[in-house]
Amino acid sequence: MSFKVSFSVPRPAATPHSRRCWELQFLEPVFSRARPARPSRSVMLRATSRLPAARAATTLSAQPRGRRPAPRRRRKELHFPGHPELPLGDFLAGRLARPRVPAGRRAILRRGRMPPAVGRGLAGSELRPRRGRCGSQAARAVGPDVAAEATARSPKRPAPGSRRFEAAGRWALLALVTLMSFATRFHRLDEPPHVCWDETHFGKMGSYYINRTFFFDVHPPLGKMLIGLAGYLSGYDGTFLFQKPGDKYEHHSYMGMRGFCAFLGSLLVPFAYLTVLELSQSLPAALLTAALLTFDTGCLTLSQYILLDPILMFFIMAAMLSMVKYNSCANRPFSAPWWFWLSLTGINLAGALGVKFVGLFIILQVGWNTLSDLWHLFGDCSLSMVTMGKHLTARILCLIVLPMALYTATYAIHFMVLSKSGPGDGFFSSAFQARLSGNNLHNASIPEYLAYGSVITVRNLRMAIGYLHSHRDLYPEGIGARQQQVSESSVHLCGSRAKLSAVTEPAVTTYLHKDYNNLWIIKKHSTNSDPLDPSLPVEFVRHGDIIRLEHKETSRNLHSHYHEAPLTRKHYQVTGYGINGTGDSNDFWRIEVVNRKFENRIKVLRSQIRLIHLATGCVLGSSGKILPKWGWEQFEVTCSPYLKGTLNSIWNVEDHINPKLPNISLDVLQPSFPEILLESHMLMIWVLWPLPIWWLLYELLGLHKCGSQISNYGNSGLKPKDNEFTSKPWHWPINYQGLHFSGISDMDFRVYLLGNPVVWWLNLLSIGLYLLSGSIVAVAVQRGARLPAEVEGLSWVLLRGGGQLLFGWMLHYFPFFLMGRILYFHHYFPAMLFSSMLTGILWDTLLRLCAWSLACFPLAGGIHAVGILSLLLGIAYSRVLGREASAQVNLDPLGEGLDSAQGV
Amino acid sequence: MGFLQRPVVVTADINLNVVALTAVGLLSRLWQLAYPRAVVFDEVYYGQYISFYMKRIFFLDSSGPPFGHMLLALGGYIGGFDGNFLWNRIGAEYSSNVPVWCLRLLPALAGALSVPMAYQIVWELGFSPCAAMGAALLVLIENALVTQSRLMLLESVLIFFDLLAVLSYLKFFNSQKHRPFSLSWWFWLTLTGMACSCAVGVKYVGVFTYLLVLGVAAVHAWHLIGDQTLSNVCVLCHLLARAVALLVIPAATYLLFFYVHLALLCRSGPHDQIMSSAFQASLEGGLARITQGQPLEVAYGSQVTLKNAFGKPVPCWLHSHQSTYPVIYESGRGSSHQQQVTCYPFKDVNNWWIIKDPRRHQLVVNNPPRPVRHGDIVQLVHGMTTRFLNTHDVAAPLSPHSQEVSCYVDYNISMPAQNLWRLDIVNRESDAEVWKTILSEVRFVHVNTSAILKLSGAHLPDWGFRQLEVVGEKLSRGYHESTVWNVEEHRYGKSQEQKERELELHSPTESDISRNLSFMARFSELQWRMLTVRSDDSEHKYSSTPLDWVMLDTNIAYWLHPRTSAQIHLLGNIVIWASASLATMVYALLFLWYLLRRRRKVYDLPEDSWLRWVLAGALCAGGWAVNYLPFFLMEKTLFLYHYLPALTFQILLLPVVFEHISNHLCRSQLQRSLFGALVVAWFASACHVSNTLRPLTYGDRSLSPSELKALRWKDSWDILIRKY
Repeated sequence: MSFKVSFSVPRPAATPHSRRCWELQFLEPVFSRARPARPSRSVMLRATSRLPAARAATTLSAQPRGRRPAPRRRRKELHFPGHPELPLGDFLAGRLARPRVPAGRRAILRRGRMPPAVGRGLAGSELRPRRGRCGSQAARAVGPDVAAEATARSPKRPAPGSRRFEAAGRWALLALVTLMSFATRFHRLDEPPHVCWDETHFGKMGSYYINRTFFFDVHPPLGKMLIGLAGYLSGYDGTFLFQKPGDKYEHHSYMGMRGFCAFLGSLLVPFAYLTVLELSQSLPAALLTAALLTFDTGCLTLSQYILLDPILMFFIMAAMLSMVKYNSCANRPFSAPWWFWLSLTGINLAGALGVKFVGLFIILQVGWNTLSDLWHLFGDCSLSMVTMGKHLTARILCLIVLPMALYTATYAIHFMVLSKSGPGDGFFSSAFQARLSGNNLHNASIPEYLAYGSVITVRNLRMAIGYLHSHRDLYPEGIGARQQQVSESSVHLCGSRAKLSAVTEPAVTTYLHKDYNNLWIIKKHSTNSDPLDPSLPVEFVRHGDIIRLEHKETSRNLHSHYHEAPLTRKHYQVTGYGINGTGDSNDFWRIEVVNRKFENRIKVLRSQIRLIHLATGCVLGSSGKILPKWGWEQFEVTCSPYLKGTLNSIWNVEDHINPKLPNISLDVLQPSFPEILLESHMLMIWVLWPLPIWWLLYELLGLHKCGSQISNYGNSGLKPKDNEFTSKPWHWPINYQGLHFSGISDMDFRVYLLGNPVVWWLNLLSIGLYLLSGSIVAVAVQRGARLPAEVEGLSWVLLRGGGQLLFGWMLHYFPFFLMGRILYFHHYFPAMLFSSMLTGILWDTLLRLCAWSLACFPLAGGIHAVGILSLLLGIAYSRVLGREASAQVNLDPLGEGLDSAQGV
Repeated sequence: MGFLQRPVVVTADINLNVVALTAVGLLSRLWQLAYPRAVVFDEVYYGQYISFYMKRIFFLDSSGPPFGHMLLALGGYIGGFDGNFLWNRIGAEYSSNVPVWCLRLLPALAGALSVPMAYQIVWELGFSPCAAMGAALLVLIENALVTQSRLMLLESVLIFFDLLAVLSYLKFFNSQKHRPFSLSWWFWLTLTGMACSCAVGVKYVGVFTYLLVLGVAAVHAWHLIGDQTLSNVCVLCHLLARAVALLVIPAATYLLFFYVHLALLCRSGPHDQIMSSAFQASLEGGLARITQGQPLEVAYGSQVTLKNAFGKPVPCWLHSHQSTYPVIYESGRGSSHQQQVTCYPFKDVNNWWIIKDPRRHQLVVNNPPRPVRHGDIVQLVHGMTTRFLNTHDVAAPLSPHSQEVSCYVDYNISMPAQNLWRLDIVNRESDAEVWKTILSEVRFVHVNTSAILKLSGAHLPDWGFRQLEVVGEKLSRGYHESTVWNVEEHRYGKSQEQKERELELHSPTESDISRNLSFMARFSELQWRMLTVRSDDSEHKYSSTPLDWVMLDTNIAYWLHPRTSAQIHLLGNIVIWASASLATMVYALLFLWYLLRRRRKVYDLPEDSWLRWVLAGALCAGGWAVNYLPFFLMEKTLFLYHYLPALTFQILLLPVVFEHISNHLCRSQLQRSLFGALVVAWFASACHVSNTLRPLTYGDRSLSPSELKALRWKDSWDILIRKY
């Protein structure tokens, strides 16, 4: 057993020459203070170079060594033979001992960057460095420790060759971890050879990019673009339909896309490894983390399919890694690596946000880190305001401007690539659709201003996907008057439904796509004469006019009255009323232009109008609620007596047909890029986010066509039932229930997303243990306990490094409790990555502390080694067990059918 | 005789300011308190609950814990209210038996006492008496606070307890410096905890103030830990005292509220259906009358009705009837064509089942009865048709992933009966637990297929008479209430013959054993239901969004005189609202500025005034933030009155900011005087506005339409103008 005693030492700030002097001087005392070195043990003193460079420069140097050189803190470290830790320590010691920056500069930099917890803890015994205590003084201050460190290495100074050997060993370890990760992720990647779970969406969207067909999705485009790119490069031609989970791929090349996702998913392990290594400077901790992630079945499963999650997690972890790396460059601001890691952080943030909006959480984490970083810099009075300004500007540039530019760029590419008309058209305004080749609005032209007799479609601004729609079906009995429904509608041709009945008052709803039932004729309220009669002059509709809206297909008027609306009880019902355009005074609406600037006429697409019911004074609006089956699951339209100026009650005119007016090209009205960006974000966040997922799925699968189809699919399980597919956030960390990736009952190959219980429960336990040990350490520090250097270094790792990871876990987990949306198990995985990293750091630190506190027993040194090894083996063994268990899971008679959903 | 040698001295230290403020506070809140002798706005809800308390009928209100309701009911108790009034419509005249004055008294007192408390808080924060006076006067003349506290509503009570919590914490904190562990120290510490739990007990939003006080206390405790002049034991004592007073006492008090609540409400009422059978049985009347005196232990041969514990969409009982499943469903799938088993939401003779031992043939109870235990295999026989509850590998009618449950009919088509069920008592204490009426929650696990009897919640089509579907869940994903059943009605079967048994089933149950649920069980069930019951949030004419509140963009019309245009509105003093919001902003900016400057080692303020400034900000601006910002995340219908607690804290901040500006930012005496004059002018205008809006606050004067129009200072204000 090798026994190592080392000192906590700041980054050496002396030249090799001076170091050697100190070495000579302090050789004796060091040895006398260290445990008596028996000949059988090789005593090695080494610098606490295990601490990251920045930390060494900040915390430890803040101790009053300069003034009181004597109380040096001792640090014992126990090593087991043959463990990779040993070479690393020396390797780092060797590296860090090399002088890189002149002493004076280092001393300036190290100031004011004391981490808060430790800083306060130390504050009891010393004052913060003052202005002017710089330069040579500071160099002297750290001198003795440098000497100690040098001394530490002196008994057996590693030859340059062996140092290279250690470096090689470290790289080899990284390579091993990476290799393991790749091996597990790519193992049987081609199975099952059919569409699994959400592959049906993301694979399909990848194909859309290859086919350049326009589509629409609730997530930002980057992830799907990358999938499309991977498919394109690997020779996939975009012809596979990805219709539903379980479809066989057959001859289509899908391995490129899966391989790409698996590649990114495999990189998570080395990223986590490096992050932990950077935070704790401890190889065992990093190895433990890597093992946790490598052997976790959940991470493995999630990385193997064409999903957004591996891409998202890749960017999150990459952002975290580059943030940590950049933190450790903080002592050399504006150097090349500093810039590199800072801008890489920004790039990864853009990537994370560009894949899913969940990326916002890592942005918050980096933002918080940056703020606290700036706060420390700001407290350093030796930095001039100009330098501060530079720091601030650098961060704004790299962490705000750069990500925003990249994020916008992905949208630019998205809109550029998708130039053909496709399934997503209907979500967008006519002006946007005019850009898409193949759309019937491409190169279309319409009259600019509304006149009486115009045939129009009217679109709601808040429910931007909804058009004012009516059809022959009547409101069912017991719901207001039996009149024709008015709903917002989409471009589905449901007009063919033959449910004509002789009842006089049919019903009005908003419905989402364009069909003939969305067409309305503007008429004057007073006359019923045909305004298209060529003998009459063209009369424009103006702000404040009283009009009638006649439904073109059924010749009924838009009508409202004092009956409660079907869902929103406090609003009035809106119906279609009258025969052949002859109704009553409840059909009169006053048209108001909200955004009129100069003119009172109503411009197509641009004017925002409100329709106010003359008799009751209510305003026509969409309530955003979905009607039950009798309303074909379209949105409810109501007349709200509360004249609140919300977007729900604002409409604009989309299509416009009037033979008497001259047409202008739609290109004139084409939105600019920022407008498109705004429109698509409004759609994603504002409109579609609050909608239930099953509704969106109907939309995306094109099922909203006719009622009969809906009922068929309704049975096949798209619509989540009360307690079935949904999972609650508290289910996740305890691995309560998984997710079927591929579970159609007549298939033999089943995939079930479920974490390795050993890993997950260990993670859960670790979080509890972390909170406990962290608070004990924090209280001890706050009480002013004088910790031995070894313990202090470890507690610093625990508080600072572990704190960052815990914060990451909380950020990626707790917000889900607030989300009203339907949630799925896989939403937890980013948080799970953080908690695994925390586990690695925690157990390593705790075991080291254990070993330290039991140092008087001869075998204590083995505790750390044995502990880590047993954890590693336990995890690996649980994976083996898990394989059998999962085989049993496969035998379970699960037949969930189409268990698919789009996540957040 | 020692006391004769020294004179007995009583030193009274009376702050006349506080006395005067209390007096004017009472005057403003109690003046013509009984005046609109009609139901005003939300009195229509709270009144109902008061009536329930008076009649001691159980109810469930998801809007908040019962303490606030109980306080209102206390007013009714003082006034001798008998609860006989139909609270059905806003504006209805009170009948003569309603003691309106007494009912409104407690909220009004709470509102009145908030005035001197505002004074005390600013005073305890270390600001001048002048600032303290200013704060109190602002609370006094704030129209919205006056309106809200003069009616049977809970906001003023909530504000009272919020302020009390902050005030007593400050008192405690100040006595911490000189005399820790003294009597007054303990008193204020305990009062803090009590006030916090009262605030939570009135309305759930009180929890935000509680958290704020806890947060501030935690920071102070953290400093205490860092204080190395104290011994470890001393620090530990401090921490323990705080933990007991701020965590344990509030929890206990909160439980006490529910204890009193449940002790008071002992009769069954209209909300019974939401609760479990056991809970209902603990109420007088209702279910208790039916289930009174049933045998406790279910035995072989028992006749039982089985109620599903989930109760969604409606509470229902396991049911079967003569009809069979249709051979082919609409969707084209086939069925077993056996007898339907459903869940039926009404009492019916077809809800009766007999527990049978598979090894014996008899359907009556032995003497002595053989109880059924956890893990036993049983058969369930439908009482009226004598068919066995059965499930098999046939898809259920509406949930094709689950098994169909039927009463077995032997068609001789090689489809054997699979009618054995293993009893699984979910809430058992030991593995040999006996199945108990009402108390035991049981699951039925099918022996052949491991399916679990479950209510799917779907309504069957017409062939199933729109009853609820019952299925066998093949894959149980842990515990779910829809798989849990309990015996509600129970009697020991006596007749072996079918005919006699049918007669027996038609007769009501009898015999006698009383059973009670423990308080904790009732509390946890009630609390859980209160948190989970969703009242359908409908849009209200006067609902508003949090953004409307800051600058008072909205109001609520509370009441309109049936004939004249006298009316009461919840309408704030806009000068105070606007300047309070401005003050919050100024505070935030100044705070940030000082903080940054301090970081650069520039100390603008002396240390003690900096600490005062921070503490005032933490409590007042913090109080505003915690009582305001969470509303952005809430999905329920929001009203202007939700903002009032936040507003109160904001008002307290106003004089603090004024004093700070005058003391630290005005550099010369001249500037200081000028600023003082400005503040006085501003205050005069606030008084003027308050006076102008007074008719809408008290509703005592009928205004002409032109006057009303003149009062409509913002377009978004909705002031009612009669059309003659």
